[in-house]
Amino acid sequence: MMTFRALLWHDVLLGLRSSGGAALSAAFFALIVILTPLGLGPESAALRSVAPGLFWIAALLATLLGLERVIQPDVEDGTLDLLRLSPLPMELVALAKIGAHWITSGLIISLLAPILAPMLSLSTSAIPMLALSLLIGTIGLSAIGTAAAALGASVQRGGIVLAILVLPLNIPFLIFGASAVAGAQAGTATGQPLMFLTACSLLALVVGPIAAAAALRLNED
Amino acid sequence: MQAYANPQRFGRLARTLTPWTFAAAIALALTGLYLGLFVAPPDYQQGEAQRIMYVHVPAAWMSMFVYASMAMASAAAFIWKHPLADVAAKASAPIGAVFTALALITGMLWGQPMWGTWWVWDARLTSVLILFFLYLGYIVLWSAIEEPTRAARAARILALVGAINIPIIKFSVDWWNTLHQTASVLRTDGPAMPAAMLTPLLIMALAYTVLYIALLLVRMRIEVAQRRLRTIRLGLEALPA
Repeated sequence: MMTFRALLWHDVLLGLRSSGGAALSAAFFALIVILTPLGLGPESAALRSVAPGLFWIAALLATLLGLERVIQPDVEDGTLDLLRLSPLPMELVALAKIGAHWITSGLIISLLAPILAPMLSLSTSAIPMLALSLLIGTIGLSAIGTAAAALGASVQRGGIVLAILVLPLNIPFLIFGASAVAGAQAGTATGQPLMFLTACSLLALVVGPIAAAAALRLNED
Repeated sequence: MQAYANPQRFGRLARTLTPWTFAAAIALALTGLYLGLFVAPPDYQQGEAQRIMYVHVPAAWMSMFVYASMAMASAAAFIWKHPLADVAAKASAPIGAVFTALALITGMLWGQPMWGTWWVWDARLTSVLILFFLYLGYIVLWSAIEEPTRAARAARILALVGAINIPIIKFSVDWWNTLHQTASVLRTDGPAMPAAMLTPLLIMALAYTVLYIALLLVRMRIEVAQRRLRTIRLGLEALPA
C-alpha cells in the first residue's frame, strides 16, 4: 500500500510540475471552450444549446493530451523495470497511474468547467451537473486512456495513435455525460444518463487496470 | 488446430484451399446476384432500388462477423498461444474494415433514393461507423509497433478491450438515438421477407463469408512469409560483414 501511495504521489507531482502536464490539459480544455464562440458566433441561445456536448468533447480531447506522459517516460528511463521488480502487482501500478492521470487532468477539468460554464451561457441550474458528470466520467476516461497508453508505450511519438485508439472507445462517456448535462439544463430527469455514466466509469475502472497491466507486462522482454 | 501451428503445414493447406474457396465464393456470388437481381421480385414499396440489399446487408453482417472472429482469434492467441491466431487476427482486420466501408457506402447509396439523404444519424449507421474506426485503431496499432511479436501482443489486448466495449457502445448509441430522434426515416417492419428475397440474401451472405475465408488464407500466407523474410533479413544484418 505504501508503494502504491508513493507511486501515485510521485506521478501526481510529476504531472503538476512538468511542462506537459496538468496545466497544459487545463489550458487546452479552456482553449476549446473559448474557440467555440469564435467559430459558432456569440449568440447565447446557440451557445447554450451546444454547451453540454461541447464541454464533454473538450473533456475527451483534454484528457487525451496527458496520456503520452503516463507510461512512456517510465518505459524510456527504466522506471517500469523497477516497478516490475516491486511486490506491487502490475494491476495496482496501473491503478496508481490512472489515479495520477485523473488527478492531473479529469479532476482539474471538473473544477475548471464550472468557471468556464458562463462563457458558453450554460444555464446555472446545469453547472452542478456539469461538474459532477465530469468528475465521474473522467475517471473512466483516465482508465481507458491509461490502458491505451500502456499499449502504445513502445510506439515512438504515439500521440495520434493514442487518439485513434481511445476516442472510439470513449463514445459512451460522451453520450451519457452530455445527456446528463443537457437534461439538467432542460430541467428533465438526469438520473438515467448519470447512472449509465457511473456504470461505464466503474466498468472502465475494472477493465482498464487489467488491460493496462497486461500491456505493461508485454514489454517485459 | 495444434497440428497447423506449423506454418509450413498451414501454408500447404492454405495453398490447396485458396483456389477452391475463391471459386466457391465467385460461384455463390454469381448465383446470389442472379437470383437477387433477376429472379427476386422488386420490393412493393421501394421498387428496384431495394435490390442493393443483396450486397449491402451481407456486408453489414460481415463487418460484425469479422470483428467477432478477430476477437476470438485474439482470445485464442492469449489462451493457447497458438502462433497463427495473431496472424489470423491481423489478416482479418483490413478485410473487416473493407466490409464495414462497403456496408457504409452501399448504405449511403441506398439511403439517398429511399430516405432522400446520404446520411442520417440513425443508431445502426452510427454504430457501424464507430466499428469502422475501431478497425482503423487496430490496424494503426499493428503498423505502429515495428516488432511483430510485440505488436501482436498489444493488438490482442486492444481487440479484446474493443470486443468488451462494442456492446456498450452499441447500447449507448441506441439510447442516444431514441433520446434525440424518433425512428422517422427507417421503415417500420413490413411483412416478413418472402423466400424469393431471403434465398438470394442468404446465398450472398454465404458468398461473402467464403470470400472472407479465401482472402484470409491469402493474407495469412503473406503475413507468415513476411515474418520469415524479416527474420532472414535481420539474421543477415547480424552477420559480420
